Amino acid sequence: MTLYDLANPTRFLSLVERIMPWLIGATVLALATGLYMAFFYAPEDYQQGVTVRIMFVHVPSAWLALLCYAMMAGSSIGTLVWKHPLADVSAKAAAPLGAAFTFLALFSGSIWAKPMWGTWWVWDARLTSFLVLFIMYLGIIALWRTMDDPIKAAKANAILTLVGVINLPIIKFSVDWWNTLHQPASVFRTDGPALHSSILVPLLVMAGAFTLFFIMMHLMFMRNEIYARRIRAMRMRAASAAQPHANVTAQIREV
Amino acid sequence: MDSFFADLPRHAEYVAAVYLMAVAVFGGLLTVALVVKKQRVKELAELEAAGIRRRSAKKQG
Repeated sequence: MTLYDLANPTRFLSLVERIMPWLIGATVLALATGLYMAFFYAPEDYQQGVTVRIMFVHVPSAWLALLCYAMMAGSSIGTLVWKHPLADVSAKAAAPLGAAFTFLALFSGSIWAKPMWGTWWVWDARLTSFLVLFIMYLGIIALWRTMDDPIKAAKANAILTLVGVINLPIIKFSVDWWNTLHQPASVFRTDGPALHSSILVPLLVMAGAFTLFFIMMHLMFMRNEIYARRIRAMRMRAASAAQPHANVTAQIREV
Repeated sequence: MDSFFADLPRHAEYVAAVYLMAVAVFGGLLTVALVVKKQRVKELAELEAAGIRRRSAKKQG
């Protein structure tokens, strides 16, 4: 099955129905394994004590927040360049998930900061750029809700999303470019991860579990968005049939 | 497991707050997805019962 086959929303929905039970099972299994490893396999840090376990939520949430935005940027290109019928559905469905993961990363980071740094928040480059990411997500969600016409909303959102991509390298390299309280990268480094395997493995398992959860929720939200557009198209057809001279069919793009 | 419970009093509330929030966020997303799906499937069924079809559905049928 190619990407072009998936351009058919009916075929896409059929695929989602088939893989969803497996995806749910894999997500539950991965989350259970990750939680077990986070609490019973990973040791406490010699300096941070039990608070090191916050990392198993904080770091995967931050990775997913960035991954989700990068995926939305890819979908935006799909909308503007190829006009793929599911590209804007994908971008719209991902925005609340990205906002949720960004919120979780900010919340867990703030909670972690209090016992370790002695403060809930500092306006340093990493934290501020991540807060900007959260505001970007909220702006994108608001823009989707502002416009009734999904085609116009998709173009406006695609442009806004692509403009916001500039924030991703700023977030990634903020700890290198500026002096921050936030620690530098400790997993994705040119000289290999700085974490011991007893911490790194549970972290990667939790990251995998969060990624599976993201994929599962994204497919569910996409399915709901396709249903919403079908309802809209059917209502507009009904309105058109009731008022034959009204030019409402021109606004319908069925999915 | 022993070391975890032994260390519960020191900063354990911070860890608990983070994991509880994660459960709330994950549970909230899942609940929204399922509730919205139920509403939209019902609405689609009502529209189809009223004789309103999608253009592509007419072609297929």
